[in-house]
Amino acid sequence: MLSLIVILPFLSAFFMGVLYLSNTKKKNYAFYTLVGVGTPAISTIFSLIIMYDLISGAPTMHSTLFSWINIGEFNINVAFMADKLSGVMISFITFIGTLIHVYAAGYMKDDTGYGKFFTYFNLFMGSMLLLVLADNPIMMFVGWELVGLSSYLLIGFYHHDSKNISAANKAFILNRVGDFGFIIAISLLFVSLEGTAFTFASIKAHIYMINHDTLSLIGVLLFVGAMGKSAQIPLYVWLPDAMAGPTPVSALIHAATMVTAGVYMVARYSFLYELIPDVGIFIATIGAASALFAAIIASYQSDIKKILAYSTMSQLGYMFIAVGLGAYSSGIFHVFTHAFFKALLFMGAGAVIIALHHEQNIFKMGGLKKHLKLIYLTMFIATLAISGIPPFAGFFSKDAILVTAFASEHYIIWGVGTLTAGLTAFYMFRLLFTVFHAKTKESHSIQKVPLSMTYPLLVLALGSATAGFLGVNEAYGGNSWINNFLNLPDVKLHLSHSTEYLLGALNVILGLLGMGLAYKLFAQETQEPNQNTLLKQVIINKFYIDEIYLALIIKPLFLVSHFISKVIDPKIFDGTINLMVFTYMRLSLLFSSLQNAKVRYYALYVLVGVSAMSYYILFKLGEL
Amino acid sequence: MTPNMFYLLVSILFSLGLIGLVSRRNLFIVYMSVELMLSSVNLLLATFSKLLGSPDGSVIALLMIAVIAAEAALFLAMIIHLYRAKKSIDSDNFVKLKERTNHA
Repeated sequence: MLSLIVILPFLSAFFMGVLYLSNTKKKNYAFYTLVGVGTPAISTIFSLIIMYDLISGAPTMHSTLFSWINIGEFNINVAFMADKLSGVMISFITFIGTLIHVYAAGYMKDDTGYGKFFTYFNLFMGSMLLLVLADNPIMMFVGWELVGLSSYLLIGFYHHDSKNISAANKAFILNRVGDFGFIIAISLLFVSLEGTAFTFASIKAHIYMINHDTLSLIGVLLFVGAMGKSAQIPLYVWLPDAMAGPTPVSALIHAATMVTAGVYMVARYSFLYELIPDVGIFIATIGAASALFAAIIASYQSDIKKILAYSTMSQLGYMFIAVGLGAYSSGIFHVFTHAFFKALLFMGAGAVIIALHHEQNIFKMGGLKKHLKLIYLTMFIATLAISGIPPFAGFFSKDAILVTAFASEHYIIWGVGTLTAGLTAFYMFRLLFTVFHAKTKESHSIQKVPLSMTYPLLVLALGSATAGFLGVNEAYGGNSWINNFLNLPDVKLHLSHSTEYLLGALNVILGLLGMGLAYKLFAQETQEPNQNTLLKQVIINKFYIDEIYLALIIKPLFLVSHFISKVIDPKIFDGTINLMVFTYMRLSLLFSSLQNAKVRYYALYVLVGVSAMSYYILFKLGEL
Repeated sequence: MTPNMFYLLVSILFSLGLIGLVSRRNLFIVYMSVELMLSSVNLLLATFSKLLGSPDGSVIALLMIAVIAAEAALFLAMIIHLYRAKKSIDSDNFVKLKERTNHA
């Protein structure tokens, strides 16, 4: 059953791909919908059964498909493992993934590439499940790469526009940069473990064999991989551009798959990271910086999907603060709750975009409250959740992270996180009010949103409202069920309840402040942010990071490759070969002109040859 | 007797034949040069036969004279044949062995 969870999406992707390629013109709408949506649903059922078993106390499950590499003592099996961590991951990945599939069936209905889309979509799900359920780092890496591949395929799905292709390329290449770190880390790990069995369980048991410096290096390099996948500074620039894909793709990338892979990976290696707290602080610092940075940019964007993209980056920053400071369960808990409300936000945004005939600028929307009641309501819940207003899901998970940051006495990280929480509320409500409340000059012709796109929103809204209760901590009368269940090597911190209340209240107040500010500024009249001051200009242009990368990395790279292709290759390499060819040609001309078919010349050559031989013999005999 | 003058004569005759073979184009002269070289070798054989008091060299020389006579008949027939083919007895006109190339 464990293997089936991973195999089924791959199988269905394969069959749909074959069917699609056999006749790209034919519309097999019913078949693609049945298989494309049915397969994740079956995976979900299996995942939930496994989750149920794990909750009722079943030990970690293993399932080996076949032996992949077998060299002497060294074995790499295609094997899957479901422990509590991956159990939690697969249950929400498959569940939310299925909802997004249902939604996509409505969103992509009229697209000619419907079959292709679901092929890629199922491939994406399968890859992510492979990554999460992998039993050894090699299989995890395979899943990791497949996730990168399928995201590339999906971001560039509307491939008729070259802008989308370059966005897909950007995502792919930046992920390669991260993967480079990841693969070096795995190799280092393998070399340092000197050939003990290479599964997570065995690595955990033999981690003492590695000295502290190597371990730190491995930790940092693994995090470089996570930076790429989970869009942290400095490898985040692909994430906003990845909005070029269809909206369900954005929802899938941001909620259930892909970006959470980095956080999951750090949590998976928690036995490694707990030995190197210094690297953890580095991770937390990057996370805090990303969180604030993305929140600032998001506050001035006007594309609905880009705002959500930066918001994801910001929330991922929180998750890295948590895992960096050793609160692995809190990080995973935030991944879990975030999946609900971020999927909901993206799907709501997609519904709005469809309703307005592919309009993405929030300042051209406005006043949609009356027309799209259900979407407004669900998105309101999601916005409350992401802003950390109790009792919605985001409050508990974000609060747990900030409490950890405060309790571990990293006050700067805590301060940045708290500030970002306020900003989050501000930019999310700015989006909500601008889209749904503000008066609009333009009259909208509202297109009907299909039911398959609204029902998943309801389910997710329910999740966004309640998912947080799984992790209510002691101070709020819960028992941190999810933390106890995950059983990860979390740091143990103690903080009095009153301090926790104070911190929680601070977050709520900041959230409400952000909400109020957004209401004041955007609920009535809105206008697009104009670049009238230098600061605004810098922020609206996303701190010119893309331009800086262009100038610092891409341009020099182009110069070097231009130099190589125009100078080194034709002049030096081709030049050497051409020179050799020329020399051989001239030599052959020389020798062929000796053979002029005139007998008397041949006689002369014989004479010269014989004379030379005679001379040599005489010389050898010492006569001369 | 001292054979030195004989050696000298043989060398001169052989060299003359060689020079004629390499430098002349008239097929008759080429043929005569070949004959000259053969005769010089015959002379050398006869000289050694006399010097060593053994008849072997003389016998070979006599045999060679017979062979040369046969060869002369063949050679002259070939020259006539070549002349009929090309209306020329210039050896440089017979270059069919040469490969045809674009350069050169």
